[in-house]
Amino acid sequence: MAPLLEVKALKAFYGPTQALYDVSFEIPSGGITTLLGANGAGKTTTLRAICNMVRTDGAIRFDGHDIHGKATEEIVRLRIGHVPEGRGTFTSLTVDENLRIAAYTRKDKKAVKAELERVFNYFPRLKERIQQQAGTLSGGEQQMLAIARALMLKPRLMLLDEPSFGLAPLIVVEIFRILKRINEEEKVSILLVEQNAALALDLASHAYVLETGRVVMSGTASVVKNDENIRKSYLGY
Amino acid sequence: MQQFLEQLASGLANGSIYACVALALVIIYVSTDHLNFAQGEMAMFSTYLSWQLMQWGFNFWLAFVGAVLISFVMGVLIERIILRPLHNAPILSVVVVFIGLLAIFNSMAGAIWSYLIKEYPSPFPKSTFGIAGVIGPHQLGVVLVTLIVLALLFGFFRFTPLGLAMRAAAQNPQMARLVGVRVDWMLALGWGLAAAVGAVAGIMVAHIVYLDPNMMGGILLYAFAAALVGGIGNPGGAVMGGFIVGVLENMVAYTGNQIEKLTGVYIIGNGEKLTVALIIVIFVLTLKPAGLFGRVVVKRV
Repeated sequence: MAPLLEVKALKAFYGPTQALYDVSFEIPSGGITTLLGANGAGKTTTLRAICNMVRTDGAIRFDGHDIHGKATEEIVRLRIGHVPEGRGTFTSLTVDENLRIAAYTRKDKKAVKAELERVFNYFPRLKERIQQQAGTLSGGEQQMLAIARALMLKPRLMLLDEPSFGLAPLIVVEIFRILKRINEEEKVSILLVEQNAALALDLASHAYVLETGRVVMSGTASVVKNDENIRKSYLGY
Repeated sequence: MQQFLEQLASGLANGSIYACVALALVIIYVSTDHLNFAQGEMAMFSTYLSWQLMQWGFNFWLAFVGAVLISFVMGVLIERIILRPLHNAPILSVVVVFIGLLAIFNSMAGAIWSYLIKEYPSPFPKSTFGIAGVIGPHQLGVVLVTLIVLALLFGFFRFTPLGLAMRAAAQNPQMARLVGVRVDWMLALGWGLAAAVGAVAGIMVAHIVYLDPNMMGGILLYAFAAALVGGIGNPGGAVMGGFIVGVLENMVAYTGNQIEKLTGVYIIGNGEKLTVALIIVIFVLTLKPAGLFGRVVVKRV
């Protein structure tokens, strides 16, 4: 079966600075893949490159479409949900508005309502806070809101940038459990970028390790997890 | 007392005009961080368009709707054609373009319709409208029309999906793209709406200030003041600011007249009301730089 996302020889630039040199990977349909690596290895840049938020060079194919060079909003409309680092909710909008914005092009109001209920099924806490301004939510709730909003796009692929960042361990466990459910129940493929390698490898089935803008190794999660060399040299635990 | 109420009413009428232009400025400011210096001249041009439509035989309200619609399209086109290529240009280039637009609209209006001052009709019936002695029919009409327009705009931004998308695009463009909002079109739409609101203001004020290519100069200044007093990033604040500035300038003149009546000494009067009103505005901004209703935004750099 053809992979859902196929990235080949991807380069990325911030102005004159090159951040990615040669990144190639594939995401199978339905799975969870994780990108690991130290600070500055290019994990976030890779996610940003997929959505054309940085200047890139290379080939990116999603579900048979060549999406390299397309506008961010058009890529997203092919049903890629990007949850950026630092949460990125609309802080002055309410929880309800934050979720509805992802469905604003859809005419069918009933379907949007059903969609909201489906999302609240994963995040009941958000339902309790539906009229609250997003900026007044706790860090964990904001992260949930960001994931919930991506889910409102009915994504086929979700890009998650450090969902555990700055959150208490208990909340992180809760969020990762929900991610697993989303992956299984909604058939959403996930590309997960994480600093916390142990956590990510528990969730993912496949892993790629980045170092200074290059893929230095890849394999199934269990292989990467059990390879002491990789752990010591790249993952630092 | 009678005179006080009159002054208050006329201040509210003027204030509603300032509120509209201030709101037009804020709509563009919140989404692009630019202050459109050409807003007043665009409104003036729209007013001429409505005048032209009336010359061609349309009645006032048809001409009104026509001019507002044309202005909307004009605003969208200006953004798409002139400002789009300047997306990443330094702020000074954009300022120069705004000043250029100002000059172009001004001389275009002069070239097409001449610089002669024209009378502009009021659509409001003389006899049955207004509260006799306090507020004239046109003033009351102006307040009503602008309040309706402001309410419609508020409803649009607050309750429609498109309005929500525009607010999201203004607040965080990159994040808005990530949920599929076509941010570029939202900016163009913002320009269209601003031009349309400006057109309403121009058409409503033309009966008072008469129609000529320089009619909006002073009004734009007041609108800037209004937007700044209310908080430049806050639409509701800008509207409040408009009314505050409008009432304030008339109260300054009124107080001056009263003082002259009591003491026989002329200190301030109609001639100085703009100056004094702006002094008060500067004073407010010195104490509250973010405006009365604005929030201090800390930007990470």
